[in-house]
Amino acid sequence: MITLQNIEKVYRTSSIETLALNNINLNIRKGEFVSIMGPSGCGKSTLLNIMGLLDEPSKGTVELDGERIGQYRDKELARIRNRKIGFIFQSFHLINDLTVLDNVEIPLLYRSANGKPRQSYAKDALEKVGLSNRVKHFPKQLSGGQKQRVAIARAIVGNPEIILADEPTGNLDSGMGNEIMNILQTLNNDGTTIVMVTHDEAMAKRTHRLVRLFDGTQVL
Amino acid sequence: MLTNYIKIAWKVLLRHPFYTFITLFGISLTLTVLMVLTSFLDHLFGTHYPETRRDRSLYIQFLTQTDSSRTFQNKGPMSFKFLTDYAKSLKTAERVTILTFLNSSNAYVGSQKIKLSTKYTDADFWRVMEFEFLEGKPYNEQNIANSDHVAVITDDLERQYFGSETEPVVGKDIEIENIHYRVIGVVRGSPVTRIYSYADVYFPYTAPKSNYQNGGMRGGYVAVVLAKDRSDFPQIQEEFQSKIDRIPLPTVENGFKFSVLEVKSEPYLEGFVGTILDGNKGLKTIFFGIIAFIMLMLMGLPAINLVNVNVSRIMERASEIGIRKAFGAPVKTLLWQFIVENIFITFIGGAIALLFTLIIIHFINTSGWIAYADLTINLTVFAVSILVCLVFGLLSGVVPAFRMSKLNIAEALKS
Repeated sequence: MITLQNIEKVYRTSSIETLALNNINLNIRKGEFVSIMGPSGCGKSTLLNIMGLLDEPSKGTVELDGERIGQYRDKELARIRNRKIGFIFQSFHLINDLTVLDNVEIPLLYRSANGKPRQSYAKDALEKVGLSNRVKHFPKQLSGGQKQRVAIARAIVGNPEIILADEPTGNLDSGMGNEIMNILQTLNNDGTTIVMVTHDEAMAKRTHRLVRLFDGTQVL
Repeated sequence: MLTNYIKIAWKVLLRHPFYTFITLFGISLTLTVLMVLTSFLDHLFGTHYPETRRDRSLYIQFLTQTDSSRTFQNKGPMSFKFLTDYAKSLKTAERVTILTFLNSSNAYVGSQKIKLSTKYTDADFWRVMEFEFLEGKPYNEQNIANSDHVAVITDDLERQYFGSETEPVVGKDIEIENIHYRVIGVVRGSPVTRIYSYADVYFPYTAPKSNYQNGGMRGGYVAVVLAKDRSDFPQIQEEFQSKIDRIPLPTVENGFKFSVLEVKSEPYLEGFVGTILDGNKGLKTIFFGIIAFIMLMLMGLPAINLVNVNVSRIMERASEIGIRKAFGAPVKTLLWQFIVENIFITFIGGAIALLFTLIIIHFINTSGWIAYADLTINLTVFAVSILVCLVFGLLSGVVPAFRMSKLNIAEALKS
């Protein structure tokens, strides 16, 4: 489903070059639940960003469903992100000025979906994460766990084939973290491919496969 | 989608009230100045009471005589006879009126002196201008032929001279410069900025002291030529010019021999600008260039300032941009979002500016600074204001929106 070949990512400033990823080769199959682990600064998030088409590799190729992404323009990349990928971030990344419902609707805004069906899809997604009673609330009125559940609802509202989760439980206590992990596992059982960056061994053990990085290099 | 944009724009405004105040103050102040200016220009040059046919009128205001060596020039209004011979006889015009600019006179109520502006006109004046008669009627050809001592006065003079507006004054006597006139009509006055129609008292041109019988080309009269339609202007101008071209030259006046004669029939704005710039075409271009530059600066400088303000404001929202991009917003859509938001904010500023403008216009109209001032926010002024709002919104929104929509997603999400 996602194939990375010889991926290299270099960050350059006027005086320093930092190799964030070095010769990464990875294949994520449809329906897999893969976790990526490694110490801080080893390139986990960079790898996830490249998989999610949020960043470009300095070298190497990214294939999604057999299609090479490298030559795609902004509009095409945006369409793929919108249709195929859902993101969950450690710090939730909700828009504080919008209600829970408005936040969840965001991916559908870019699909030209009409207002009413959009709201109905967003409510369905919120129901799946157990937050149907919070549609009118603003993110600031929610707990960390609730915020992450809103973020999950936003990620799944457009029925993407892949969910990329960057430390989804990193800002939550273990109880809440387990709850989020349960939701992700349910989604995976329903057929969604999930790639998750985590620091938590216990969470990683609950996935199908573990990828370990060290200093930008894949060690497992 | 649009509701979502506007919701965000509104929340962003509420996020920093002081900052919002500064932004809106800047926008509304600029737009107020532009709207009041547009309204004033419309008041000066637009078609308004009682010159409601200005848009299809040509004005003959000056005759210029130059001697053969081009060292001496004589310029001024014309004699009644000259205009009767060359303007009144125009076949392509619907109607032509001959009138004086302003003359000053005094009238007394007891020991109190009233300074008056007077105007001598023919009967067609009342057909070319559309005055509202509050009482009585205008003088006609018969009054003129009989040299009747009649006058049409304004409601303001009626109030000053007769003291009451409720009692009819038609038929009453008014003494101006020791001459008695019978009031034949009372009109609602014209603003002082409309010099072809403004006066306190209107006399038939056969009334005393009008000097209508003076010979020669020069005198104290001007003419307004009413066309059936604006499209007739070139035809009328051509006919008038051919009449002027047939005047035998050189002419001799007051010992000077004039070999060049120039009289123009022009639309109001051209005549006005021509008077200021003495007909110099190069200067006219510079004049309009300067006006355009001032207007551009009035809009451009605050817009540039707003661009900077917007850039820093949008920078705060880098994370939001990252989120929207991550979930599928293309650059073009984000560009539109920020432009729509900016136009929305500009329109709020525009609404405040409209309110300020209405207050200022009301103040100008009622303060008495300009007699009978009737500044309005009419459709033209409003349309210009809306256009200005849009241009302002676009000017100040496009650059920041473009910069922000190009943000790298991963970087934006880190902020």
